[in-house]
Amino acid sequence: MQSAALQGGFAHAPIDAAHAFRAALQAMARPGLVQRVTGAQPPAPLSVAAGVLVLTLMDRSTPVFLAPSHDVAMVRDWLTFHTGAPLVAADRAVFAIGDWLGLSPLGQFAIGTPEYPDRSATLIVEQPGLERGMAVRLRGPGIRDHVQTTLPDVPALQANAALFPLGCDFFFTAGADLMALPRSTKLEAC
Amino acid sequence: MSAQTHPASGQIAQGQIAPIHTDQAYNFAYLDEETKRMIRRALLKGLAVPGYQVPFASREMPMPYGWGTGGVQVTAACLTPDDVLKVIDQGADDTTNAVSIRKFFQRTAGVATTEQTTVATVIQTRHRIPETDLSEGQILVYQVPIPEPLRFLEPRETETRKMHSLEEYGLMHVRLYEDIARHGQIATSYAYPVKVEGRYVMDPSPIPKFDNPKLSQNAAIQLFGAGREQRIYALPPYTDVVSLDFEDHPFQASKADHACDLCGSNTAYLDEVIIDDAGGRMFVCSDTDYCSTRRAQGHVGRLGTAQEHVA
Amino acid sequence: MYVAVKGGERAIDAAHAWLAEERRGDLSVDELSTRQIEEQLTLAVNRVMAEGSLYDRELAALAIKQSRGDLIEAIFLIRAYRTTLPRFGSSRPVDTGEMACIRRISATFKDAPGGQVLGPTFDYTHRLLDFKLLAEGDVAPAPVAQATPGPVPHITEFLNKDGLIEDQPHDDTQPNDLTREPLELPADRALRLQALTRGDEGFVLGMAYSTQRGYGRTHAFVGELRIGLCPVSLDIPELGFAIELGEVELTECETVNQFKGSKTEPPQFTRGYGLVFGQSERKAISMSLVDRALRWRELGEDNVGAPAQDAEFVLYHCDNIQATGFLEHIKLPHYVDFQAELELIRRLRAEATANATANATATALASTDMNEAAE
Repeated sequence: MQSAALQGGFAHAPIDAAHAFRAALQAMARPGLVQRVTGAQPPAPLSVAAGVLVLTLMDRSTPVFLAPSHDVAMVRDWLTFHTGAPLVAADRAVFAIGDWLGLSPLGQFAIGTPEYPDRSATLIVEQPGLERGMAVRLRGPGIRDHVQTTLPDVPALQANAALFPLGCDFFFTAGADLMALPRSTKLEAC
Repeated sequence: MSAQTHPASGQIAQGQIAPIHTDQAYNFAYLDEETKRMIRRALLKGLAVPGYQVPFASREMPMPYGWGTGGVQVTAACLTPDDVLKVIDQGADDTTNAVSIRKFFQRTAGVATTEQTTVATVIQTRHRIPETDLSEGQILVYQVPIPEPLRFLEPRETETRKMHSLEEYGLMHVRLYEDIARHGQIATSYAYPVKVEGRYVMDPSPIPKFDNPKLSQNAAIQLFGAGREQRIYALPPYTDVVSLDFEDHPFQASKADHACDLCGSNTAYLDEVIIDDAGGRMFVCSDTDYCSTRRAQGHVGRLGTAQEHVA
Repeated sequence: MYVAVKGGERAIDAAHAWLAEERRGDLSVDELSTRQIEEQLTLAVNRVMAEGSLYDRELAALAIKQSRGDLIEAIFLIRAYRTTLPRFGSSRPVDTGEMACIRRISATFKDAPGGQVLGPTFDYTHRLLDFKLLAEGDVAPAPVAQATPGPVPHITEFLNKDGLIEDQPHDDTQPNDLTREPLELPADRALRLQALTRGDEGFVLGMAYSTQRGYGRTHAFVGELRIGLCPVSLDIPELGFAIELGEVELTECETVNQFKGSKTEPPQFTRGYGLVFGQSERKAISMSLVDRALRWRELGEDNVGAPAQDAEFVLYHCDNIQATGFLEHIKLPHYVDFQAELELIRRLRAEATANATANATATALASTDMNEAAE
């Protein structure tokens, strides 16, 4: 393991994680709303926002899948050192990290069971910028009337939403920004 | 069996920085980081499936089960040092359990506290929703004793879980209808069941049904924690929440048919207070912040005095 | 003039100060040290360790002192402390065959290799108050025998060699941790045993007793009961080997129960199991009876509807910290809900009275009409 893997964690874990979680909570509660986060300096290609989510939510009890885009030694070492999360195949993952292409198709991830819909994967989708992709209108819980945003692949995400109450949940990350899309959100291309 | 070490001699696992010690040997907001991560993951899943009860490995807290351990764990997982915390029980900031929980977080998280609904960023509550409208960015944390709305119809967890998965809520309607047959109306006055976004039937915690309409399309994030029963559930802002009813017996939010004797409010939920041995009584707002704010604005009720200073 | 009740904070502080004073009691009486509790109230310490799920005699003694001897309160203090402790790893499973026994008895065999060891037991004492203990005094030293080192085989294994008892194959599956994951039903045996070992002694005893009286009878014999110290070791991945952390005192009970069998399989004895921190044999025996009763499904027995066969019932109600919390919380204020109920009952009564009056009037009118008609 390179010593660089030991760097880039939270300076004050309880405080940094608390702020980061509040941003993640607000994001998940209000789909489409962009939150800015700080505190992690993860190795490339992991973005700051994805790194913050890693440090805030993952540990030994959360198996993680790294898509090919992020399955590099530095990221693996950093993740292992800072969280202890086991690296697994897509179907066993509680969290998955990668670019949209690397995470597709969504069908490879757990969508929960009718009795335990919470047992589904949360995908952290790294984007070159949160404004990239297809224009879409979002409606549903957390959204007053509707909100406009852009997402990488509207049909695939609509198919996921159609599984409700099953389905995956998403964080989209770019640089220090993150935005969430829970399965409960309805998408209309526009 | 796990290796146990006293915190004083504990080494820090996995490259984490030593916790900041706000009080004694405890972590910020009391819970250890591993526990907080577990609760935080459950909260995110709860928001993603509104009204669905997410199982979580509730921890023993330094207050008993039934005293709000679920709410306390949710609050602890959400708090940042920048928060302003309000804690109410029965709508009041000064009830003993509210005082005790507020002190707990002052001590373990060092957060600022307030009694003003509008100033608070996080509000933990037992049995009430504040009268004052909440705003975007605020978080309302409910303490929940029995999270399962179907529990009193079916005591088995294995069965109720199946009923939720199949959206099989007929039993609940049968029970409500039996009330109507016997009493002429639905005889549930608190913990009145609701349906969330047309999917999950949810227990709103033992709030009076007067408060039910405030659950729906609320601007704040509403989080529910049931410690003993190990369940977390959530309502994102602007979520549709409908109280169960029948076309010929529509839901009615009800309260005592009086005005507050201190502030004169006609719209707030009231507590009935016995004031003398002859059984004399008065009605006062259950929401103490709402009542005192109104009095400070010059509103005076039947037994109130202007510019009153409460000892 | 009504004044809202304020000063909750002052009341709480005053109550705590009073509690502290009551805990200390008469200042002219020597204060109890935790060492004294550890040494002289050992079985209370054991119970607090077992149901608190934390093996630390000193902390258990402290909890007993702080709780004024209320053991459920002491268990609660330990649980609340335990839950905040960081975890560095999981120990290797302890091997009770390596136990340095202070007590080892079998009710099924008159003697067994390794011998029966009665140990420090109340079993054959006469329960007569010993008034000598009112005065402090030294005790005469007990006679000492030479210990025989080496492993102590389990007596039920002798039955296993003959195929007379069900085989319990070695299983290295990592069991779920009840204190780290929410209880999920149906719960497997490892999880049930975890719940029982930290369950309330009184509750588990009552459940076990009910099986003996016919509510899910399992015909249990104590195959072996052993108490003693077992080494605990932890694998250190960085070192590549395990290090011994220390020893824990354990009570283990294995029951031999009535048979299962079928047309194809000859009958075999079945097993119940109990393992508890410290010298806690009432609890260990109770646990093994309840464990056996809960195994009805896997052994192909009938569910006769006995409480001790109902895993949901037993597991959701055996924890005294959950139970006492929820029970005692009804003394917290509930006046908002009560107010809602008051209004509801007033409304229902008003409507009922109005209906009754209306009915009475209608009946009276009707009878008047009839009378008039008759006239």
